[in-house]
Amino acid sequence: MNGKSLRKTGTILMFVTPGLLIVVVFILMPLLMSLFNSMFNWNQLIRAEFVGLENIKKLFNTYPYKERFFNALGNNLRWFVLTMAIQNTLGLLFGYLMARRILGHEFFKRVFFLPVLFSIVAVGFLWGLYLRPNGLLNAALAAVGRTDLQHAWLGEARYATLSIIMVNIWRWIGFPSLVFLAAIDSIGQEYLEAAYLDGAGEWQVFWKIVFPLIIPAITVITVLTIIGSLNVFEQVYTMAGLDGAPNYATDTIGTLFYRTAFGSVDSGSPEIGIGSAISVVIYLMTFFFSLFSIIFTRSKEVEL
Amino acid sequence: MITDFQLRNASTLKKIILLICLVVMLIYVILILYPLFNMVVSSFKTTRQILQHPFSLPETVSFANYKTLWVDKGFANYFINSIIITVSAMVFVVIFGSMASFGISRYSFKANTLVYMLFLSGIMLPLKAAIIPLFLIIKKLALVNTRLSCIFIFIAMGIPSTVFILAGFMKMIPKDIEYAARIDGCSDFRIYAQIFMPLCASSIALVTIYNAVPIWNDFFFPLVFLQSEKFKTLPVGLSSFFGQNSTNWGLLFTGLSIAIVPMVVMYLFMSKYFIRGMIAGAIK
Repeated sequence: MNGKSLRKTGTILMFVTPGLLIVVVFILMPLLMSLFNSMFNWNQLIRAEFVGLENIKKLFNTYPYKERFFNALGNNLRWFVLTMAIQNTLGLLFGYLMARRILGHEFFKRVFFLPVLFSIVAVGFLWGLYLRPNGLLNAALAAVGRTDLQHAWLGEARYATLSIIMVNIWRWIGFPSLVFLAAIDSIGQEYLEAAYLDGAGEWQVFWKIVFPLIIPAITVITVLTIIGSLNVFEQVYTMAGLDGAPNYATDTIGTLFYRTAFGSVDSGSPEIGIGSAISVVIYLMTFFFSLFSIIFTRSKEVEL
Repeated sequence: MITDFQLRNASTLKKIILLICLVVMLIYVILILYPLFNMVVSSFKTTRQILQHPFSLPETVSFANYKTLWVDKGFANYFINSIIITVSAMVFVVIFGSMASFGISRYSFKANTLVYMLFLSGIMLPLKAAIIPLFLIIKKLALVNTRLSCIFIFIAMGIPSTVFILAGFMKMIPKDIEYAARIDGCSDFRIYAQIFMPLCASSIALVTIYNAVPIWNDFFFPLVFLQSEKFKTLPVGLSSFFGQNSTNWGLLFTGLSIAIVPMVVMYLFMSKYFIRGMIAGAIK
């Protein structure tokens, strides 16, 4: 290497190293270590013998891990399905209406985005209070004479997860709304105008023109929903507690993972081997489901 | 414009559908604003008043609850910790992130794509799931129960998206500017600090909001690493406060108001920036 290129290398290193070092130490290394740790038996914080895929097998096959894991995974699936069906569908509707400058669209835009900025913890505790048996929601139901609809929203297994998901949707609708709004705004107005002048109906304009052109935004929102649904933690922690009360009805992989890593499943001491196995499963699912949805939606993408 | 949804001139069916849509949007507006209003109102009421008359206004407006929380329950301290951690993390996210973006976008070198990919791999994968090894690393560095633990983690979490947004922006700045500066004898670092940074000001504002809001709100990492009362941030402080005072509704609503109202006030003044900043990572 001559002096000039040596200096160039030095300059590049100077710019890139500090950031890269921190990202490597605090993100990439822990990720790889999870994979590594999952292949060992652990004695509290001490690594014991190599067991290969035993921990993952144990997670899938042995009591109580198996029951807890699939119960939690089922709830994560409900999170994903309901979030896609309610939050992202409403987000698309609201985004489209605002992009078409419906009456009061500037006002709606600002109000819808407000809860997105609140901490999940504050939102969880706030709605946790409102959803108590003697809280605001039941009081409102009593006020309109429907005491028959009152429930211990977070105390009954049937409603607990659903209530927590609805609270999260309450906080988050504004996000997909504004992402879709931005995506639709970036389609040239002339395409919509041309379609109208050619006599296309509303339904056709949306499904034939707008929808195909915002598929990249739909991909982004879907991937973010997959990541979000697999990592639910704070919402359950604040409204139902770490154990996913009542009787694990609200348990998710996030809370199960936390108990395994720091508290434990039904016993008391941290289980690093199983915990790492759960995190590997989380990573693999995040990666493959995201990849799958990207490939799936990309096949529907169109270009002008 | 022809593409605007307008009630005038619309067919009856279209009018009805648009009205239904408007009603749905208004219901969501009420569902957002009323609970916030009720929260602030309840913070001035006693537990008895809240439970017996949940919809009534307070009889007197006394800030006693706020004083109790701010002074006796340590919320002032939580607030200061949140500010220290968020500001320190953001300063380094912006400095290291923009330096890395400059290095990646303005120099061509063999490992360029690899380095960029290393940065980006941090965006999608949730760090929460790696908490066990992260805990062991932080322990080894003797940072458990120090603010530095969370500051380091937040810097690491902020840099990938910063590089993604800023490197994209810096790539579009014409080479001529750089050449001209170099002929005038500018060093590489001065080109970065005095020419590129000012040019990127608007993008830097975006990444600041994009990262600062989630860092300010983050619960998981302070929960794990800041167990001592002295270092707790606002979300963690709020959580332990809820654990200890679960029956004093007036105080609970006061705690929530302290956590939520400052964000509402800031949003009132800078809603445009918050919206653009928060969705910056999702749109190109």
